[in-house]
Amino acid sequence: MLRASVIVFPGSNCDRDVKTALEAITGFPVKMVWHGDATVPSSDLIVLPGGFSYGDYLRCGAMAAQSPIMRDVVEKARKGTPVLGICNGFQILCESGLLPGVLMRNKSLHFICRDVHLKVETDKTFFTGCYRPGEVIRVPIAHAEGNYFADTETLDRLEGEGRVVFRYSDAEGTVSPETCPNGAQRNIAGIADPTGRIVGMMPHPERLYEKMLGGTDGRRVFESAVVGAVAAMG
Amino acid sequence: MKARIKITLKNGVLDPQGKAIQNALGALGFEGVNDVRQGKYIEVDVAGMSEDKARAEVERMCRDLLANTVIENYSFELAP
Repeated sequence: MLRASVIVFPGSNCDRDVKTALEAITGFPVKMVWHGDATVPSSDLIVLPGGFSYGDYLRCGAMAAQSPIMRDVVEKARKGTPVLGICNGFQILCESGLLPGVLMRNKSLHFICRDVHLKVETDKTFFTGCYRPGEVIRVPIAHAEGNYFADTETLDRLEGEGRVVFRYSDAEGTVSPETCPNGAQRNIAGIADPTGRIVGMMPHPERLYEKMLGGTDGRRVFESAVVGAVAAMG
Repeated sequence: MKARIKITLKNGVLDPQGKAIQNALGALGFEGVNDVRQGKYIEVDVAGMSEDKARAEVERMCRDLLANTVIENYSFELAP
């Protein structure tokens, strides 16, 4: 039995997509947990889905990071429960301090909704174990605030510790300013905490997890989590 | 007592909205606009505490929620 929980904030809009993907891939029901609840049920993994929590008021993810449920998510994450933040979920992870940096307005100021290529930089996280480092995958983005920013020292630390998980690239895996859709520093599309159990990413793997959706490149994010969770059960 | 809080982007942090405003000002014929940086202005009405206490509380509000100190600076003044 794999216990996955998806946190639902007012304004989340990818919560059911994630639930559907996780249930199809794990074969077990996924718990939907409301933002006003005090605790997340015991879980093998927690997902913060995409959307516009609290209408993106103040800053994307800023209000959600202070919601009652996030206190428990932060506590569980610090004790080792794996957490995946997708899009708005990534913004919430940064605002809650579980991941460094911040997602700023896209350099072009436009909301960008299209498939992008990602270079997988590491398989040493809970959510990328089933990818090969260096592999290029195609996954959609849909955001206006995905422009990753952190100071140089933080960026160097992320790179030095192998915590950059995905970078925006072209189909061949070339990473350059031209292949960066939103102005993110060093083309960063996803990062991990030092343990590799907390991952935030702007692209939406749940939108390409099966052929009917037009591709399966996002599927292994969730398969990796299954493999990781099973390994953790011993 | 009112706290008038200004939140601005740190120097060196790219401000695409400021750039867009600058371009629009140029398009309207305003000359000599070197740079535009945009930010936020927030008023918080606090009651039932001393000025010192209010100052400490507003400081904490800025740090914990109102500003993201990775990219933003904040400053505020208290007015009766």
